[in-house]
Amino acid sequence: MFNDHKHLIDISEYSDSELMTILTTAKAFSQVNERQIKKVPTLKGKTVVNMFNEPSTRTRSSFELAEKRLSADTLNFGGSSTSTVKGESLIDTVMTLDAYKIDCIVVRDKHAGAPYIVSQASPAVVIDAGDGKHGHPTQALLDLYSIWERKGSFEGLKVGIVGDIAHSRVCGSLIPALKIMGAEVTVVAPGTLIPAAPEVLGADHVSYCLDDVLPELDVVYMLRIQRERLEGAPFPSLREYHQLFGLTKAREHLMKPDAIICHPGPINRGVEFDSYMADHPERSVILDQVYAGICVRMAALYLLLGGADNGLSA
Amino acid sequence: MGTKPKAVIMDETAINRAITRIAHEILERNEGCENLALVGIVTRGDLLAKQLVEKIEEIEGVRLPLGSLDISFYRDDFATFAPEVHASRIDFDVDGKRIVLVDDILYTGRTIRAALDAIMDLGRPSRVELAVLVDRGHRELPICPDFVGKNVPSSHEENVRLYLKEVDGRSTVEIFDVEPGSRVGSAPLGGE
Repeated sequence: MFNDHKHLIDISEYSDSELMTILTTAKAFSQVNERQIKKVPTLKGKTVVNMFNEPSTRTRSSFELAEKRLSADTLNFGGSSTSTVKGESLIDTVMTLDAYKIDCIVVRDKHAGAPYIVSQASPAVVIDAGDGKHGHPTQALLDLYSIWERKGSFEGLKVGIVGDIAHSRVCGSLIPALKIMGAEVTVVAPGTLIPAAPEVLGADHVSYCLDDVLPELDVVYMLRIQRERLEGAPFPSLREYHQLFGLTKAREHLMKPDAIICHPGPINRGVEFDSYMADHPERSVILDQVYAGICVRMAALYLLLGGADNGLSA
Repeated sequence: MGTKPKAVIMDETAINRAITRIAHEILERNEGCENLALVGIVTRGDLLAKQLVEKIEEIEGVRLPLGSLDISFYRDDFATFAPEVHASRIDFDVDGKRIVLVDDILYTGRTIRAALDAIMDLGRPSRVELAVLVDRGHRELPICPDFVGKNVPSSHEENVRLYLKEVDGRSTVEIFDVEPGSRVGSAPLGGE
């Protein structure tokens, strides 16, 4: 089924029908996750290494759960325990892992391009779990899944991505993925948080005023203000940001009645939105996104680790 | 796979007769409908199971719980083949139920092995029986059907397929020569 794709690194290499296959497969895995016995034997005997060279809670834990629920053997590897702190190069680390006869490496790294380097050095399947400011394809997949569950389709859907566009690896995968599926994407942020050449993002529109675009949007995707990446003070204060770009109760009247709110997490209450909007029972799908994370990662592992398909349906 | 079938083994009338007989046999073996539920294996076993449920309703006036089961995640040939995944739908509690698994063609028995594992992960049925429309032999596992529509001796070089009106436009069981390099199995839904 996925003969053309060995890895999941750059989501723009996937077609709309391939992304849809991932979503429908994820839907089938969602049934497994609802059962008493949340485990299937599909990846029995496969070994998956989670190489996380950067802190991560939800991506890492949901990959690990996804692997375990598929019956794969998992090896967690990275952080301060790795040999990179002893001076080993990334490629030598990967070659060492390959000597263990592994089948898949899930790579999170603070350097953009690390998963690609790993895929060049290793015969294993490589899944990008977030690299620098480049991309985060499984995040984009879980976002697509959550939107698809609520909206049913993507054609003509108006999606606004609000916040730290410039530093966001989520954008690097989400914007192309939404475009592939036929949605219309607007990015909204203070000018200092938009790249100097915004056209590289591939978004349809760029806006500097949330109130202007909010009434149009079907999906409001809030990005986290990454305090750790805000050198050079792109805006005067978090409070001012909240006033101008925060999704607050006071702004709800501007939203479409059925507009939903997404966020990749972790959320900063009082910055990107207030608690009223973050916990909004009808609009907020933030926890659905967390759940979708397991389902789409199971689907990606399933489709990429499935053997050579001869192209015929059974 | 545009090859012409070598022979039509069952036509619509024969299929309907077999379903009627199997429905009676299921009721006879289980002494009625108590605690009984039917689970069809996708694709096409689910459609047969639906027909059986309707037939049993005609006979006994009782509508049995009906489920469908996708066994993709339980196959033993995943290393060579990642099958297209369909949804399972079992809306009843399988614990303590007498489950009749329904499939179209019984061949190696590997699908049924996978289906048994899938069912067991959903709960603990009190009993599992197997109904198939066609048993073509060549078992590779110790699996034996309880209800059979028709026994069809076949060779490994042949493929036996069920087509059903609601998805294929005709209801027949046909026998084909296997083309080199192609897979033996159900016909794809929605024609070829």
